Amino acid sequence: MTSSRKAAMSRARFEEKFFGAARWVVIAFLVLITVVPFYYMLLLSVKPIDALLLDPGALWVSAKDFTVSTYQEVLRSTDDGGQGFLGLLWNSALVSLGTVALTLLAAVPGAYAISRLKFFGGRQVSALFLAVYLFPSTLLAVPLFVMFAKMGLSSSLVGLAIVYVAQTVPVAIYMLKNYLVTIPYSIEEAAALDGCSRLQTVRKVILPLALPSLMATGLYVLMIAWNEFLFALLFLAAEPGKWTVSLGLAQLANGIEVSKTVLMAGSVVLTIPVVVLFFAAERLLTEGLTSGADKS
Amino acid sequence: MTTVTPSAEPRPNPPDGPAEPRARARARKPLTASRRANRAGLAFVSPTFLVVLVVVVLPILWTVLLAFQHAKLVDIQGMGLIGNWSLDNFRQVFDSAGFWSSLGTTLIYTAGSTFGSIALGLVAALALRRPFRGRGFLRAAMLLPYVAPVVAVAFVWEVALSPQYGIVNEWGRRLFGWDDPIAFLSTRSYEVGLLGVHFEIPLALFTVIAFEIWRYFPFAFLFILARLQAVPDGLEEAAKVDGATLTQTFRHVLLPQLMPVIALLSVLRFIMTFNKFDDVYLLTGGGAGTDVAAVRVYDFLTARYDVGAAAAQALVLAVALMVLLGLYFKFFGNKMQEES
Repeated sequence: MTSSRKAAMSRARFEEKFFGAARWVVIAFLVLITVVPFYYMLLLSVKPIDALLLDPGALWVSAKDFTVSTYQEVLRSTDDGGQGFLGLLWNSALVSLGTVALTLLAAVPGAYAISRLKFFGGRQVSALFLAVYLFPSTLLAVPLFVMFAKMGLSSSLVGLAIVYVAQTVPVAIYMLKNYLVTIPYSIEEAAALDGCSRLQTVRKVILPLALPSLMATGLYVLMIAWNEFLFALLFLAAEPGKWTVSLGLAQLANGIEVSKTVLMAGSVVLTIPVVVLFFAAERLLTEGLTSGADKS
Repeated sequence: MTTVTPSAEPRPNPPDGPAEPRARARARKPLTASRRANRAGLAFVSPTFLVVLVVVVLPILWTVLLAFQHAKLVDIQGMGLIGNWSLDNFRQVFDSAGFWSSLGTTLIYTAGSTFGSIALGLVAALALRRPFRGRGFLRAAMLLPYVAPVVAVAFVWEVALSPQYGIVNEWGRRLFGWDDPIAFLSTRSYEVGLLGVHFEIPLALFTVIAFEIWRYFPFAFLFILARLQAVPDGLEEAAKVDGATLTQTFRHVLLPQLMPVIALLSVLRFIMTFNKFDDVYLLTGGGAGTDVAAVRVYDFLTARYDVGAAAAQALVLAVALMVLLGLYFKFFGNKMQEES
């Protein structure tokens, strides 16, 4: 009896020690796989290609090798012999911001309706939205391409933004809805008593209260739109002037005379806006995404 | 401030006749609250519904039609909705070389990535559960692979794994004495000798799965950590008092608490990965034994301009996915209901 108890104690102590140490090993491993690839990207983007070929395993860049010519080549307009990424950044910004505005415009009333109002078919709506994700995007692409061609929207940034709205609106509604259900109904009743119509209530009472969630949702949508690749490839590939940064970078990689370090500079240019935004609002975003997930 | 005498205020008289009785009718029979809610609800959802209808539902229906017709990209513009029906596309899909192997590849890719990303996310969430110095930064940094653009990170992997100038092969040579550089992304099968036993592994496929795990474990991490922090401390303390070891506490106390969120993540990730296109396309282009179904559909579309065959292939995939999900919910849905 006592011996088995002692054995259990020692097992407990052994496990505590073991997992105490294993925890730090895991943490070190996580830092290695999450931070190092991005450091590697940054590192390669500031060295000339010869330095990379000479010593592929180098973990830093020496002062004499350091260069920003890669960035110059990527950002300079195509007329000056560069890759014209400044223009592409502008395209990407237009599409993503447009997508965010349109998505929120559609998702706010939708999320409000689903969280607050009992209406015909309200419970089936989510099933319909699941269809958005159940079918491969490659499948949607063909009919969309033909439809948009008929409407004159193919190979235009507006058409692309509309597709992005459809792709992001379900998740935006989901995130907003999870936040809206936490706003007490009595606040709305008070607004109604004060003579607000329903639209006024949404605009003057609900929206200000839901601002954190709105920002988180908007940011998430912005990231999806900024990072999207497939539809940009299918819709815009023929028109270099309208490429987004993601597409431009992928096409850059197909070019023969582009060195890998220039490619990495392009990757940094593509990544930085998203990562900066993300770090600025990380708390907001993670809470917005997982709200509702912590209740079983 | 203006004062308005009651006599000066004109009664709102509608100029045209018919509006008057209608207004009175409305006044006589006010809408009930539930009907008002119904109307407002429908009005509020309509923008979303419209977008999803036009950009998702209609294209899907059209794809179903296309799958049963001979349709090439050039003549699709002028084609009517109803053409000559035929099952040729499906026959072509099922007969074509590599369909079944592609389906198998997709399944391995999807299952491996889903399981791997959730497992790694779980381990990460457990490791970062208790506070330590730099935890806030690390928690944010952990999400980097998920938020960074797929095109950028795919190129970083491509360069890092390159046999000529990649850092991985260089350090593999220095640390582990690899004789030949390994072409991770273009080797279909790689012979490994372990304890004298030689067997082949589909290296490119495994690399792509590793990429997928790397990119999506933060997603699982985020959700599992949120759930983990909502577990009341009392539960674990009680288990400790009862003499439970850490593994026992995890197995019998934490895991049951996490099961619902893990189940949800499995379904979500499975659907998303099954339809995933960008990652594989950017890393390998679907070569070297990584021809997952979504890339195949894309090839049908862009290399052969065969819209009908692409649609049929995509339809078969969607049906396969639905069958898998149906099976999942049949077996696990009941079980979860029993538990709750």
